[in-house]
Amino acid sequence: MSSPGSAGLAVRTRGLRKVFGERAVLDGVDLDVRRGEFLALLGASGTGKTTLLRILAGLDAATGGTVLVPPVRTVVFQEPRLIPSKRALANVIIGQGRSARAKGLEALAEVGLSRHADAWPATLSGGEAQRVALARALVREPELLLLDEPFAALDALTRLHMQDLIAELCARHRPAVVLVTHDVEEAILLADRIAVLREGRFVTDLRVGIDRPRDRTDPVFVELRRRLLADLGVDTHAGTPREEVAR
Amino acid sequence: MSAAAQGLVAPNPPRAAGRAPALTFALRAIGPVLLLAAWYAATASGALTKDVLAGPQDVVTTFGELWADGQLPEALRVSVTRAGLGLVLGASTGLLLGVVSGFTRLGEELVDSSMQALRAIPFLALTSLFVVWFGIEEASKILLIGVACTFPMYVNVSSGVRNVDRKVVEAARSFGLGRLAIAREVVLPGALPSVFAGLRLATTLSVIALIAAEEINVTAGLGYLMARATDYLRTDILALCVLLYAVIGLLADLALRLVERGTMPWRKAVSIR
Repeated sequence: MSSPGSAGLAVRTRGLRKVFGERAVLDGVDLDVRRGEFLALLGASGTGKTTLLRILAGLDAATGGTVLVPPVRTVVFQEPRLIPSKRALANVIIGQGRSARAKGLEALAEVGLSRHADAWPATLSGGEAQRVALARALVREPELLLLDEPFAALDALTRLHMQDLIAELCARHRPAVVLVTHDVEEAILLADRIAVLREGRFVTDLRVGIDRPRDRTDPVFVELRRRLLADLGVDTHAGTPREEVAR
Repeated sequence: MSAAAQGLVAPNPPRAAGRAPALTFALRAIGPVLLLAAWYAATASGALTKDVLAGPQDVVTTFGELWADGQLPEALRVSVTRAGLGLVLGASTGLLLGVVSGFTRLGEELVDSSMQALRAIPFLALTSLFVVWFGIEEASKILLIGVACTFPMYVNVSSGVRNVDRKVVEAARSFGLGRLAIAREVVLPGALPSVFAGLRLATTLSVIALIAAEEINVTAGLGYLMARATDYLRTDILALCVLLYAVIGLLADLALRLVERGTMPWRKAVSIR
């Protein structure tokens, strides 16, 4: 489906299937993600986006097919999922030993929370807790960062800040990223490549050719947004895979 | 292509939990069956003589005899009634005080300190005092069992009520529910897991207290059966009564677990083994 670049691959799946009862949520998914590539997975709810991400993370088993991922991969979930009995820094370096404290503080500084290292998770706001979760994912220096609608539970303003933060951090650390979202604008803002899942398969897989920083009012942006929404909606103008969006 | 995929690994997802129910049952049965077999082996081989401990086969025979001549059903009726009444008395007291202390600030200030102080008294130490106060009839026995059952219930219920989600309580208040309605509709259902934990502990304790209570001048019940068996060195009857105490506790616990499952349908969806 994709030609591996010189940088090599971070994700490869072939014929990936996941069946719940009678229903095949994923039905033969072939996916390659290159190292350092930012892929956004779009799809209506129940189309298997999160299922695919959980299989990549190694949280769920696939029913069939092959999956290859890097050994170091981390997840940011929809909710922060911090351990309430550990302070922010201890949450960030959980399982890494005390020697990781310096790196943990650095990661907290990167998400702008160095002053909250000693805070209990319950005292943090939703956005702060999610930034701690992001620091926890980054401190492990993942080759693959899996983001499962990490902004869905945040208010609109916090979400804008978080999107900028993710864009900045991913540009600095260059992990391969798979972002699951239902927000088309968010996908276009952040991703190098956008894939749309429907009925267990990719109906669209395209590269976003807009220069960064991206402007929501750019006509190309608007046109791409309109097209992706059509892909997601009832109106089925499935795009040709891997189409290059002309500027 | 494969060169591009170098360094990648297959993820290692956790294997789906769940075993065949038959296998689970068999695994659970191993321990009790082994114990029974060891008991049988020890008595049948003569390592344990009958004046020390009768074998399981003798206990079964004795059970048949005592059941047939009506002694055992009568003794069981009397003893289970005592334990049951005491449990109901103690558990409802503990429940009431627990809710009052967990739900209201004033209640906590008034009730909690005295309950914590009383809790430190071993109920066994009260046996003689209760005889002086309430006589040697049923009242002192049932009250002793009641006192024993109150405290585990109180401790669990008050902490369970305190841990009910304050946000849900606040929401209920904002929709105009009064204190009683909140306690009934939100607090009690929310504290139900703790209520059942307390109830199960109280049930176990009611059987223990029953044995202590039946030390007091008994003329009926399992304790009476045991006292007589001691006089005649009937280890088969003694072993039978010990087993029956255990069976009463187990059956009560089983019943509670079934009720627990039935009364909290909303928890089924999240039960992780």
